[in-house]
Amino acid sequence: MRPVLLFVGVALLIAAPFGLKPYGIYLLSLWAVMTIAAIGLNLTLGYAGQISLAQASFVGIGAYTAALLTTQGWPLGAAFALAALLCFVVGWLLGYPALRVAHHYLAFVTLSFATLVFLILRNEEWLTKGVYGISGIPRPALLGWSTKAPQDFYFFCLGVLALASIAAWWLLRSPWGRAFTALRENPIRASSLGIDTRRYTLMAFAIGSALGGVAGVLYAPLVQFIEPTAFTPGLSFNLLLMVIVGGAGRFFGPFLGAAVSVLLPEWLRFSEGLYLMLYAVFVMILLAFFPSGLLGLAERLRTSWPRSSKSAS
Amino acid sequence: MAALLEVRELRKSFGGIGAVNGVSFAVHAGEILGLIGPNGSGKSTLFNCILGQLAPSSGEVRIDGRPIGGMRPCDLNRLGIGRTFQLLQVFPQLSVRENLLLAGQEHEGGMWSRLFGPRDAGLSAAANRMIDFFRLAALAEERAGALSYGQQKLLDVAMAFMAGPRLVLLDEPAGGVNPTMLGGLRERLKAINETGRSTFVVIEHNMEFVMSLCTRILVLAEGRIIAEGAPEAIRNDRAVIEAYLGT
Repeated sequence: MRPVLLFVGVALLIAAPFGLKPYGIYLLSLWAVMTIAAIGLNLTLGYAGQISLAQASFVGIGAYTAALLTTQGWPLGAAFALAALLCFVVGWLLGYPALRVAHHYLAFVTLSFATLVFLILRNEEWLTKGVYGISGIPRPALLGWSTKAPQDFYFFCLGVLALASIAAWWLLRSPWGRAFTALRENPIRASSLGIDTRRYTLMAFAIGSALGGVAGVLYAPLVQFIEPTAFTPGLSFNLLLMVIVGGAGRFFGPFLGAAVSVLLPEWLRFSEGLYLMLYAVFVMILLAFFPSGLLGLAERLRTSWPRSSKSAS
Repeated sequence: MAALLEVRELRKSFGGIGAVNGVSFAVHAGEILGLIGPNGSGKSTLFNCILGQLAPSSGEVRIDGRPIGGMRPCDLNRLGIGRTFQLLQVFPQLSVRENLLLAGQEHEGGMWSRLFGPRDAGLSAAANRMIDFFRLAALAEERAGALSYGQQKLLDVAMAFMAGPRLVLLDEPAGGVNPTMLGGLRERLKAINETGRSTFVVIEHNMEFVMSLCTRILVLAEGRIIAEGAPEAIRNDRAVIEAYLGT
């Protein structure tokens, strides 16, 4: 069943941009970019249980790395490597507070970091051009394939999303994935079983942050103009929403969560001025009744289906 | 020959109240030492101090004659020291098999080899042996959270032995286990002790269980050792009877 669903999903994603207008393709590309960032946050929060409200900062660091390098003639590949490394190191350092505090205390530590990064992006004009932003960010060409057109860039984003997903799948299927789950569920017991909770906590932050950086590197050439307000803590809350709505700690949760966050408000535009209100009500109802997110809801329906059909027969 | 575990004048206070007040004892390889005492006598605090989960106020703990003060629980585990907790500590979202794999995986290779190595960390055969030994075969793929309390307790104990530890500190292994399972648990612990030469320190309130399992017993009351000896001697010790009955 699962491989069939996966195949159908991939086929739909490949077929989706055909027949869509540029704005529709832009939204699909944005979905792919945000999904990558949410996969990173899902690793840190959903699997390893470390709350982070700083994911927007890593998207910002990635985006500015790409903007600064590619407008100077560097290839986007260099931006991917540098942003991932930079975010990995910064994420590792941000993980240290998590060794001392947890839950809402950690949330505020990471929120403070997100505010700090936003202020740096806004105030350090010599580096980031401050509120004027950076424009003219080029889209890459790969072995003669130009991704300037919206559809081409969408497929480029989809390819990066596929690579990021495979890497995350590999990681979570390895013993590291089990260690992350143990870290989330019971760090004291995990430690008594020889699991170096300190190192895994830092790794969860570092890898999740690196994926945020990768998303940022894609975001810059997608919008082709970046400025600091795109990376306020508001984006961190939005990414958190994607993880929770999709289903924290579930592999495909970020895919669904990003779809809800990026695409649903657009689909609700038929209601004109009410669309954001409808979106807010949807999220409230979903989380009030199904706190394990859309995938949790799907799992509940799947497990209750045979029971109800048995009792009916 | 140095004792496998040596505790010297260990003290632990919480805000001026002494939970452990100068406890000293040694455990030699192959022993099964029982640690009993009324509720609040400091048994679990003593365990937590030995295993690095609490920092002792003073005193020293040695493994093979080497001080282990300041070592983290994960490092102690890699030295071959395992434990179980008073309350159930399995990972409910993982299957029985995955709980066992998790319990052994950090003892195989380095962190990077675990990332790029096989998903089972090369431990499937060892996990199967443990599943069979603790008669959990029918439940191997079940989520641990779906097991009964007694079955989870068996899994909890099995996890402590997954990495082949030299010394295991068991905190109330019989708590909440039904009488039928209890006999099986005792036989399995004895078998591991005899064949694997694994050494145990067991905290337990079930007197029948502890008397039939342990070769030597320490009795703790108000953070101090009040009696030490063979099970039969402890059973008839006046100080022990007074500590338990308050007469």
